[in-house]
Amino acid sequence: MSAVTQDTAVSTGRVARAFIYLLLILFALFYLLPLYVMGVNSLKPLQEITGGNMMALPATWTLEPWRAAWSSAQIGVQPTGLKPYFINSILMVVPAVAISTVLGALNGYILTKWRFRGDTIVYGLMLFSCFIPFQIVLIPMAVVLGKLGLAGTVPGLILVHVVYGLGFTTLYFRNYYAAFPTELVRAAMMDGAGFFRIFWRILLPVSGPIAVVSIIWQFTNIWNDFLFGVSFGGTSQPMTAALNNLVQSSTGVKEYNVHFAAAILAALPTLVVYVVAGRYFVRGLMAGSVKG
Amino acid sequence: MPTPVQADLRTRLQDWLPRLVLAPSFATTLLFVYGFILFTLLLSFTGSRMLPNWTFVGFDNYQRLFGLQHWQIALKNIAIFASLYIAICTALGLLLAIFLDQKIRGEGVLRPIYLYPMALSFIVTGTAWKWFLDPGIGLERVMHLWGWESFTFTWIKSNTMAIYCIVIAAVWQSSGFVMAMFLAGLRGIDNEVLKAAQIDGASNWQLYRRIVIPLLRPAFLSAFVILAHLAIKSYDLVIALTGGGPGRSTEMPATFMYSYTFTRNQMGVGAASAVIMLMTIAAIMVPYLYAELKEKK
Amino acid sequence: MGFLDIRNVTKSYGSVQVLHDVDISVAEGEFLVLVGPSGCGKSTLLNMIAGLESVTSGEIAIRGRVVNGVHPSKRNIAMVFQSYALYPNMTVAQNITFGLEMHGTPRAERERALADVAKLLQIDHLLDRKPAQLSGGQRQRVAMGRALVRDPDVFLFDEPLSNLDAKLRVDMRTEIKKLHQKLGTTIVYVTHDQIEAMTLSTRIAVMYRGHVQQLGTPREIYDTPANVFVATFMGSPAMNILPARVALRDGVPHARITDAEGAERLLRFSQPNLAGWDGRDILLGIRPEAITDPEGADRKSGNIQGLANRVSVTEPAGSDTFVTMVLSGRDVIARMRADASVGPGQDFDFAVNMDKAVAFDPQSEERIAP
Repeated sequence: MSAVTQDTAVSTGRVARAFIYLLLILFALFYLLPLYVMGVNSLKPLQEITGGNMMALPATWTLEPWRAAWSSAQIGVQPTGLKPYFINSILMVVPAVAISTVLGALNGYILTKWRFRGDTIVYGLMLFSCFIPFQIVLIPMAVVLGKLGLAGTVPGLILVHVVYGLGFTTLYFRNYYAAFPTELVRAAMMDGAGFFRIFWRILLPVSGPIAVVSIIWQFTNIWNDFLFGVSFGGTSQPMTAALNNLVQSSTGVKEYNVHFAAAILAALPTLVVYVVAGRYFVRGLMAGSVKG
Repeated sequence: MPTPVQADLRTRLQDWLPRLVLAPSFATTLLFVYGFILFTLLLSFTGSRMLPNWTFVGFDNYQRLFGLQHWQIALKNIAIFASLYIAICTALGLLLAIFLDQKIRGEGVLRPIYLYPMALSFIVTGTAWKWFLDPGIGLERVMHLWGWESFTFTWIKSNTMAIYCIVIAAVWQSSGFVMAMFLAGLRGIDNEVLKAAQIDGASNWQLYRRIVIPLLRPAFLSAFVILAHLAIKSYDLVIALTGGGPGRSTEMPATFMYSYTFTRNQMGVGAASAVIMLMTIAAIMVPYLYAELKEKK
Repeated sequence: MGFLDIRNVTKSYGSVQVLHDVDISVAEGEFLVLVGPSGCGKSTLLNMIAGLESVTSGEIAIRGRVVNGVHPSKRNIAMVFQSYALYPNMTVAQNITFGLEMHGTPRAERERALADVAKLLQIDHLLDRKPAQLSGGQRQRVAMGRALVRDPDVFLFDEPLSNLDAKLRVDMRTEIKKLHQKLGTTIVYVTHDQIEAMTLSTRIAVMYRGHVQQLGTPREIYDTPANVFVATFMGSPAMNILPARVALRDGVPHARITDAEGAERLLRFSQPNLAGWDGRDILLGIRPEAITDPEGADRKSGNIQGLANRVSVTEPAGSDTFVTMVLSGRDVIARMRADASVGPGQDFDFAVNMDKAVAFDPQSEERIAP
């Protein structure tokens, strides 16, 4: 999105422009507001929230809510903080992203450069799997994970996320490789390179951008997933499930400041990715929406 | 017809290798997606309760499902939610995109601000808005403290209005993404076409209404499809924001399915509701994907 | 048996047949050009020789070995692609030697081969660059280098010049021709550009709708096109085709046509075999350069016919001036010397070289004379 042209043929008057700027800034505030509220209130002692103004900056700055959210908040029955769940999420996300991206790359390569009769159907079936409501697979997945002895484990969650992420990674790589000149593959074939060698030497070296897109997309999706985490997480629940547990718990005083700190902690990895590689993030969203 | 010639071994292996490598992914998809859909479909015709059992009961579950007031609330809510969510996101996204496309200084700052909520999970979004909309500590109280004593904003505690809180939070989360899609669409329009229209004497308003917006048709379609499928799948946001409450007033098909299947031990009914959800999404996605794939060929 | 034999080769996709019974034998050192409009099947045929597409029926043999079903890398062929297909992530040197590396050639030998080819193509100074840093002509050279280094039995060129600008295309054309003359390699070259076909080839196969319309030397193709398609496809401006009727005068066949005013005119044929067509309609083919001003007429021709006619348009093109007139209701182009003084609306005495005239059957459009 960064390389798009700023040149537009439309010209606007001075008043209209002032109005446009005003509106754009108002909306920027609307989008920033919740983040501001979370940030500010996570740095206040509790009584400043319950007794004070949510919009105000802290009178006493404190990191205590962050410490509590990380290591001592009551989640479920244990006062463990989010730390173990953060670790669960990491243990789940890293292999799931890696496996689904590698498989997606191979699939995309095959579906564009080694086409065979019926490949469009294969692709169509894989593509549709991106859009099913996951409720439709919850029951059989619970049964299968139980049978495999993977229910409530991190490997179980990895399996689930790989399976339901494949459609997207395949889509990304397929669309990317479709634009890659087939003549290059043919040239390499005539040079004597085989299936894997062509992939490794010719396609992979130029796959950087789409790999980043795929990794970011998968990372964001899997990190942010709640339904599978809460359904199959068992004792290895991810961050999102833990955050919800913490916020929804009906026992004791509601420690809003801790909730806010926890929410930011849960959002932090994806936010960091967004800030660092926003360009790729946007590209992933677009590629996932404008299909083809 | 001359006899077909035998390929050498390596060539034949090379012919099969791609399909072999693709096979595990495809088999997994067949089993875990289409096999599971079949499983759930079959289950929806059984009298399963806490665990699957295979006594077939015909369409009983569907009959019961549509007789349940709970489900009717969920359907009504999804209708309200989906239509408002899609309409507002599209309108807002288009507006912001058109405004941002006016050679705006600071576009590079504004664009990521509009878009960052998409990086957050619905759980985080829900948590943030839950407290922001809470009359006790959130917006209402802030207004009171700022001196607007008569201000009331208690939608989230209201049976009839809580669903709109979900719309607000969801729009906050997704509209920036729609903006990005429209912006890309706008930037993809040939400037010469716009210049030609201006030379033909079109005003800015006519330019957008008659030329630009019609040209954005593909972006509209994509936005609709993505938003519709996000709306129907919405589970996390409801759980985090209202938990389906107050009472059952913000129950949606996704939360209905989960609670009937896993906490109320009505697996047959839960499966039936999942099938209805799938069919709704399929009705939107299948024609779209079919058209996209066909075009590509 | 030739060096490269294409025997009764057909290609079908499902029920659609895109190549019909192609039968071409190429001798060692020959430069065969497959030419035709897009969709004529020329690229399909080339890909089949390369092994990139399967052969539906028939045989392809290189040096007497049937290669149907043999992997492209084992046919000892090399190919230059339209887009050059240079590996973007590798340097020029790596691009050129990749094929040798894949075939397990030792490093020292690869280096030597690379040096030879680089010198031959004058790309020594580019070896460490990436393809993105090269100009179009340089990429073209690298692509040829990649083919040459393999020292293959047959070179395949797939429209290699179509991505270059007009001037560079002419230069590279000469370059390729020189290379062929120097190395004496066997080349099959696909193009849609009839000038490339004429200038480069030792033989041309003109293809249309999956059929080889004519196979012959450039001279044969140009002077005695097998049918109306070949006649109009080869040559620029295209051969004039106009309806005529054969009429005998003193036993000699003449072409009866009408001029711009609709008045009847007779042009004597040089081909006596047309006497059998007396009174029947034909299509008369005359190349633009066979209709000139009288001073520019071919002195060696034994049959120059005068033809006065009204000029409709003149187009000075620098080296020549093209003049359009109407004959038998069709626009006919004549090619004059640049300094011929002729203007639109003027009546002008043209000289028609009937030695070069060709006649076609109006039904089958096949050539009937000469």
